[in-house]
Amino acid sequence: MSKSYYDPADLKKFGKITEWSEEIGNKFFEYYGKVFEEGALSAREKSLIALAVSHVVKCPYCIDAYTKDGLQKGITKEEMMEAVHAGAAIESGATLVHGVQMMNKYDKLSM
Amino acid sequence: MKESLHKRNNQLANGKRQLEILNNGIFASGELPKFADKIAEIGHFPLRPKSLEVLQINVGYMCNQVCAHCHVDAGPDRKEIMTKETMQQCLDVIKKTGAHTLDLTGGAPEMNPNFRWFVEKASRLGVKDIIVRSNLTIIRANKKYYDLPDFFKEYNVHVVSSMPHWTRGKTDKQRGEGVFAKSIKALEELNERGYGLPDSGLKLDLVYNPSGAFLPGDQSAMEKDFKKALFEDFGIQFHDLFAITNLPISRFLDYLIVSENYEDYMYALVEAYNPAAVANVMCTNTISVGWDGWLYDCDFNQMLGLKVASKVTHISKYNEKLLNDRNIVISQHCYGCTAGAGSSCQGTVT
Ligand code: SF4
Ligand code: SF4
Repeated sequence: MSKSYYDPADLKKFGKITEWSEEIGNKFFEYYGKVFEEGALSAREKSLIALAVSHVVKCPYCIDAYTKDGLQKGITKEEMMEAVHAGAAIESGATLVHGVQMMNKYDKLSM
Repeated sequence: MKESLHKRNNQLANGKRQLEILNNGIFASGELPKFADKIAEIGHFPLRPKSLEVLQINVGYMCNQVCAHCHVDAGPDRKEIMTKETMQQCLDVIKKTGAHTLDLTGGAPEMNPNFRWFVEKASRLGVKDIIVRSNLTIIRANKKYYDLPDFFKEYNVHVVSSMPHWTRGKTDKQRGEGVFAKSIKALEELNERGYGLPDSGLKLDLVYNPSGAFLPGDQSAMEKDFKKALFEDFGIQFHDLFAITNLPISRFLDYLIVSENYEDYMYALVEAYNPAAVANVMCTNTISVGWDGWLYDCDFNQMLGLKVASKVTHISKYNEKLLNDRNIVISQHCYGCTAGAGSSCQGTVT
């Protein structure tokens, strides 16, 4: 058993989740594959979205996977970093917009 | 400038050592399946050639560049150069074979002192498609090469050029400082002569191979991106883009090991194995001739020192019938040819 919660080698085993629940596991992977196909958005655009979200959900497996995927798709490091910023901006914005709730509550409780 | 593995006496300059690495470790332990077993599953073992279409001739390992990923371990310090005598033997063979394509590679093929003589002779023999794998910078490397675009045009040479990315940073990192600017200049000159223009018969194709331990993306999507970027930024046009997978041999293997990417890369290749690519791997329609006339199943096997498994092993004894009746020599590097849409010197194979 690994001594840390995250082991890079575990990413290769991702597919094994189907072993303990085959039907829904397979359905997930089918869905996942379909989502990233070329569509109204290009596979390239979706890869950048995935990279941004990977950072927001702070998944080290996804970050490794979508950095590599970006390289494979010829995405530049500048584009990758801008995508990370887009994710970070939404994430910090989502925190800050709650400041309005704080202000509302403050005002309501104050004389 | 960096030196070749050969010059540095690096152990990976030796094909046998490379094969030891490829056949041991994760492949010997059974962690990953061997290529032979994988193709046996679909009835393709032993791998056999179909009819010969391409004669790929490596006219020497000398090159003006020392790219980090080079599977030839080429560079200015390599002195292996095909002689005129061996070239003549190749010409005699071309007359007789059914091959419609002559594919000249290196090193930088243009650096062979008899390169132009060879192309002229081959052209007079009426070879349908004469490909020169030009690294582009050679055209700007020295005054004596400045007229190469005119020479190419005169003999209707099909130019296939490597271009790792449309941005400067990536190109220079893989191929050396200043390579990007020189490549752009060379492409402009080829365009000026009509090369690569939409309806032009002067064929100009680009080769893309990843600058790092990852596989190439979808070839047609990459072609679209390359075309758009090169045209918008520099007004450059070209015909097709071939996305080629880096095979884990020579300098690329050295890079994989030093950067601790070797195992992950082999995993990625095996994971991307596409059975549909096996029937059309390059060695099924190509023979590779080394600078000294020895025959190989492909340029990769040439670098590993794996000669054809045939009674005929040298161009001077060439016999197409006997050669066609051979088993292709394979090892784990072959996974590079069957990953994703497959990979060959002409790009994908599926
Ligand atoms: S990859 Fe091509 S241009 Fe680069 S060193 Fe090798 S032969 Fe020369
Ligand atoms: S590496 Fe050579 S022998 Fe192996 S599959 Fe590719 S072309 Fe054939």
